[in-house]
Amino acid sequence: MNQRVILRSLPILIVLFLMPLIAPRFYVYTLASIFVMGLLTMSLNLALGYGGLYQLHHAVFYGIGAYTIALIFSKTHLPVWIGFVAGPVAAAILSLLMGLICIRLSRLYFGMLQISLGSLVWAIAVKWYTFTGGDNGIHGIPVPGILSSINGAYYFILIVAAFCVLAMYLIVKSPFGATLQAVRDNPARSEAIGVNVAKHQLAGLVLAGFFSGIAGDLFVVLEGSVYPDLMFWTLSLEIMIMCLLGGMYTFMGPVLGAAIILVLRISVGSLTEYWTFVMGIVLMLLIFFLPQGVLGYIEERWKTRGTGLMKKGLSNVTG
Amino acid sequence: MLQVENVTMSFDGFMAVDGANLTVEKGEIVAVIGPNGAGKTTLFNLISGQLRPDSGKVRFKGEEITGLPAYEICRKGISRSFQIVNIFPRLTVFENVEVSVLSQQKRSLSLVPSIRKRTIGDTKKILSSVGLADKSDRISGLLSHGDQKLLEFAVALASRPELLILDEPTAGMSPEETQVAMELIRQLSLNLGLTILFCEHDMDLVFSISQRIMVMRHGKSIIQGDPEVVRNNQEVQEAYLGGSE
Repeated sequence: MNQRVILRSLPILIVLFLMPLIAPRFYVYTLASIFVMGLLTMSLNLALGYGGLYQLHHAVFYGIGAYTIALIFSKTHLPVWIGFVAGPVAAAILSLLMGLICIRLSRLYFGMLQISLGSLVWAIAVKWYTFTGGDNGIHGIPVPGILSSINGAYYFILIVAAFCVLAMYLIVKSPFGATLQAVRDNPARSEAIGVNVAKHQLAGLVLAGFFSGIAGDLFVVLEGSVYPDLMFWTLSLEIMIMCLLGGMYTFMGPVLGAAIILVLRISVGSLTEYWTFVMGIVLMLLIFFLPQGVLGYIEERWKTRGTGLMKKGLSNVTG
Repeated sequence: MLQVENVTMSFDGFMAVDGANLTVEKGEIVAVIGPNGAGKTTLFNLISGQLRPDSGKVRFKGEEITGLPAYEICRKGISRSFQIVNIFPRLTVFENVEVSVLSQQKRSLSLVPSIRKRTIGDTKKILSSVGLADKSDRISGLLSHGDQKLLEFAVALASRPELLILDEPTAGMSPEETQVAMELIRQLSLNLGLTILFCEHDMDLVFSISQRIMVMRHGKSIIQGDPEVVRNNQEVQEAYLGGSE
C-alpha cells in the first residue's frame, strides 16, 4: 500500500524536477512558494484535520521557525546545518509550551487562547527592534551559496518538502496517526478505551509545529528575508482557508488549497488589486457546493463510483 | 471484584447519585435496574471515570480507583459501552476496533506504520465475534443503528477488560438485534469468563440473563440480590408501580 502511493507520486516528482529546465524563472519561483505554503498548510492540517484541534494561530510556529534560522544566519557564524535544525526545533518547543497552556481548554476556547498567546509572540517580534528588526524584519539573510540561485533554492525546497510530505504520510498511517484521528472523532470515547487524550493532542501539536518550522526554513531559503507578517493572525486565517478549500479530511488537500489560492492571487492580482473580492466569491461557492473541499469532493466521487448509495451518507458524516 | 461504597454525585444541587452501593463478584452478570432518572448511567460514569464522585469509594480488585481518569481505569481492566452510540464516526469499522486494540497493546503513540500489521489478527477476531467482519471497510458513521451498537461492544471488548460495563446495550435495537446482542453477552460471559455489569429497561431480558440484580431509585441503591429476591421485594414493586412517593 505504502509503496504503491510512493510509486504513483513518482511521475509528479519527476515533472517537478524538470520544471526549472523548461519553465521561466517566474514559474519556478511560484512553484517554490506553493511548496513552502503547501508544507505549511499540511503541517496545520496535522493538527486541524487529523487532530481536530482548532489550531487558529498556526502561522506563529512558521514565523518562529523562519526568525530562528534568520537570526542564526545573520547574527552568528554557527554552521549552516544548525540553523536549519534550530528553526523546526524552536517551532516545536514553542508548540509544546503553548500547547501545555492551551490544551486544558476545549475546541474554540483552545483556538482563542492560542490566538492571544500567538499575538504576544508577534508583538515581541514587532517591538524588539534591536533583536528582530521590528516591523522591518531582517533582510539580506546570507543563505548558503548553492541555495542562493533560484534553481538551487527550488531543488532544495522541493526535496525537503517531498521528504516532509513522506514523513507526514507515515505519521498519519502510523498507530499514532490512527489514534489521533480517533481522538478527533470522539475524545471522550478515546479516553474510555485507555487513550491519554491530552498526551496525543500535545504530540500532534508538537509535530505540526515542527513541520511548520521546516516550512519557515524553506521560506528563508526562498526569500532571504523575514518580517512580522509571517506570524500575523491573517496568515493563520489564510492557511486555514487553504486547508478547508483543499479538503481538511484528505491528506494532500491542503497543498491543493494552497496552490489554488496562490495561483488565484497571482493571476487575478495582476488584473485587479481587488483580488480578495474574487477569492471571497470562490470561498462562498466552496461553502455551498463543496463543503468537503476540492480534493475531498474528488476523492469521494472516486471512492464511491458505482456505489451511489454511499455518496450522500459520506458527506453527511464529513459535513 | 468491584465494590462501590456510598458514592454520591450531584449536578447543580441535584443528587443524581445519592449513596449507591454495589458489589460485583468475578464472573458474574449483574444488572442495575430502576426507573428513568434513577442514576444508573451516572453510577456507571462514576465507576469508569467519566465523572468524579463527590464522595464515596470505588474499589476494583482491592485497589481504590475513585476519581482516576477514564483512561487509567480502562488500563486497569474496566471497559464500557455507552447508551448512546459512541464510536469514531469518520473511521472505518476496522479502524474503530483497531484503535482500541492499539491502545490496549500500549502502541498508540508509536510512529511506525508497520506496527499496525500486528494488530490485524486481534482486530479481525473481535470483529467476527460480534458479527461485523464483513463490514470492516465501511465508514462506521454510516452503519445502521443496530450495527453501530454491535461496534460499540467490539470497541469495548478490544480493551480486553476483566469487567465489562454495558449501558443499555439493546437500547434502540429491533427485537431480532436484541436477541443477537443478548446471545453475545451470554457467550462472552460463558466463553471468556468476563464479568459483566449492565443496565437495561427490558425486564424479561434482565431476569433471563443476570445472576444478581441491583435496583436504584432516586439515586439510591435499594437492594441487591438474586432475581427472585428482587422480584418479590416490596420496595422494588413500589418503585416500578409508582407506589407511595
